[in-house]
Amino acid sequence: MTNLLILIPAALSLGAIGLGAFLWSLRAGQYEDLEGAAHRILEDDEE
Amino acid sequence: MSCCEAKARRVAEEAATAELVASVMRKEDGRAALIVAAPDISCGACIGRIERGLAEEPSVVEVRVNLTQRRVSLTLRAPEDAPAAVAALADLGYRVTPLDPEEGQAEDPELKHLIRAVAVAGFAAGNVMLLSVSVWSGADGATRDLFHLISALIAVPAAAFAGQTFFRSAIRAIRKGRLNMDVPISLAVILALGLSLERSLAGGEEAYFDAAVMLLFFLLIGRTLDRRMRVRARSAVTSLSRLAVRRATLVEEGVARSVPVEEVTVGMLLRVLPGARVPADGRIEAGTSDLDRALITGEAAPVPVGPGVEVEGGTLNLTGPIDLRVERPPSRSYLAEVQRMLAAAEVGRGGYVRIADRMARIYAPAVHLLALSAGLGWWLSGAGPLAAITTAIAVLIVTCPCALGLAVPVVHVVGAGRLFEAGILMRDGSALERLAEADHVIFDKTGTLSIGLDAHPPEGLSPRDAGPALVLALASSHPAAAAVARALSGTSVVAVEGLREVPGAGVEARVDGRWARLGRGDWVGEIAEPGPTPTGLAFACEGSPIHRFEVTERLRPGAAETIRDLNIQRIPSEILSGDSAPAVATIATALDIPGSADVRPEGKLARIEELKRGGRRVLMVGDGLNDAPALGAAHVSMAPAGAADVGRAAADFVFLRDSLVSVTEAMEVARRAQSLVRQNFGLALLYNAIAVPLAVAGLVTPLVAAIAMSASSIIVIANSLRLLVRHRRKRLPVPVALPEAQPA
Repeated sequence: MTNLLILIPAALSLGAIGLGAFLWSLRAGQYEDLEGAAHRILEDDEE
Repeated sequence: MSCCEAKARRVAEEAATAELVASVMRKEDGRAALIVAAPDISCGACIGRIERGLAEEPSVVEVRVNLTQRRVSLTLRAPEDAPAAVAALADLGYRVTPLDPEEGQAEDPELKHLIRAVAVAGFAAGNVMLLSVSVWSGADGATRDLFHLISALIAVPAAAFAGQTFFRSAIRAIRKGRLNMDVPISLAVILALGLSLERSLAGGEEAYFDAAVMLLFFLLIGRTLDRRMRVRARSAVTSLSRLAVRRATLVEEGVARSVPVEEVTVGMLLRVLPGARVPADGRIEAGTSDLDRALITGEAAPVPVGPGVEVEGGTLNLTGPIDLRVERPPSRSYLAEVQRMLAAAEVGRGGYVRIADRMARIYAPAVHLLALSAGLGWWLSGAGPLAAITTAIAVLIVTCPCALGLAVPVVHVVGAGRLFEAGILMRDGSALERLAEADHVIFDKTGTLSIGLDAHPPEGLSPRDAGPALVLALASSHPAAAAVARALSGTSVVAVEGLREVPGAGVEARVDGRWARLGRGDWVGEIAEPGPTPTGLAFACEGSPIHRFEVTERLRPGAAETIRDLNIQRIPSEILSGDSAPAVATIATALDIPGSADVRPEGKLARIEELKRGGRRVLMVGDGLNDAPALGAAHVSMAPAGAADVGRAAADFVFLRDSLVSVTEAMEVARRAQSLVRQNFGLALLYNAIAVPLAVAGLVTPLVAAIAMSASSIIVIANSLRLLVRHRRKRLPVPVALPEAQPA
């Protein structure tokens, strides 16, 4: 029983962190241009 | 080929520029935000090219390319910089279309809320499901009660947040005394949560927490996708009313003064300056000019007018000031008439009920009735009230339209994605459904079936003559000259002197001491070797034989293929054009379809009504101002990206590529989408046919409900994704009478 007291909060908080991260990235506009982001990383900025 | 025409074109360009500046959103700091669609952006390299290229432009403060949406967002120093920025993009080789400020806006808040709700419901569903699995696999006693309690702590707040969309809509429906799909959904969620809460507090064995949140999760996915497809309310009427004239210049006793257009009455003398739209229908008393009558005929080529000629309100005065005697008040002018037609057409369109809504009208009452009678049946047959209520709730949960709710939106989102890849923008969620039903196609001619002019160099034209002809053609901005320049583009230029444009005749210059002329046949004939002078466009060097350039309208690429595909599918097509009979006949013969000429907007509308009465569902493809009412009235409509603003706003689909093949491509996607939607409904009904008897029989435990609901939803989604599988058909080249343009 005691391990449940650790495991369940651990599982739930991990899930909550994931949810929080998603909500943050949504608000921060991380999904605005998925295809562009994939290409931008390959672009050389300095010239 | 006159100076007037060049001026007319400049005025038309200025009008287009003004439209562009108007579509810019002003920011508080005086800067301007402009969002343009650039369908040619295709790869990562484009991002760098555009962003670096525009960074050098002094008027551009900030530029950001969105590769996913094929859009460029620009921040400009001032709204007036918009034309320069668009020109810079064009120089980089990207054709752009400005988007309406509202249309260009990133996302609507409702959609954001729905996505957040999906995330919360998904989180809750996952965690509650884990706990439920433990219960199903044998947790009992205090552990089970603890798990139920934790489930309740997750599920109840999650449902309170994520279910708001459904609860609100259900309350709205009930207030109006109606039933919609959200009423049984809300009932199922609330009752399931309430029952489970009561049970788990009492230490009961079964709880439906997982079912309740999973229900919300699947339904919210469907709702979110549906929302993505919904386009903000748009109205072509508004964009047409932008053309309306606000003030008119009144001439009284030789003095001109500006009055609001409402004060204009019949009999007044109005002055219309070049670049202004005619405020009211009337007859010209003085002055000559060229009018852009695109509103009536769809033809952008200016029409010369003079005293005694009747002009319609809404036409654009291009070259000279004219005074006209008002014959009808502005409220009854031609433009107002077109506006009324368009408004009526849009109201008529509103009557279309989407398949999903048609299903819901039957489904929602049936579900309530079923749940109620199941509960009553159990109660009357002697089961306890608790068992009766449990059964009723189980029926509600099981029949919850997860699969039904996903059946349409998933297909439509995938379909819209397929269309987007093909360069076709969908402007309305129900458009795909309506397009699938289209069984008659009406094309406009200019701008839709034909784009620009083509010149065919005469066979006898020697390379020595081609050089001067090219130089002369390049010197003029007349469309026919531009066509000659295109046709001779392979030739090398030669040095000329004394190059000049003769108004109404053509261009001339001295080459090696001899005059050379390109222009009207009789004018060119004056210097050519004596002989019969041809009509139309000709070229000659002094004393040499005359060469006639045949100028034809250029078919839009893919036009012949499109018509052939429609013929194969036995879908009749026809041309309704505002242009003159010979021009229409040429195109109609080339494509071998019937064509009607000199059709005004009301005529197009009448033809669509006639077909409608005959039970046909008309697809209208057009681009002009004069097509707007027809685009609005047709069952479904498409416009090319080059269409007038009003035309684009009135159409359901806008295709960005040059090729007309987009029309048949879109129809194909629409039809496949339609058949997938039907299959999905079949699958959802099949699921209900199995699950409902089980639920009524009281056999649906939380485990069964969880499996049945998720299985049916996943099957429907998987089936919808089949739209991604491409059916490539072989396209054969089609012989046509007119040569097709090379795609740029």
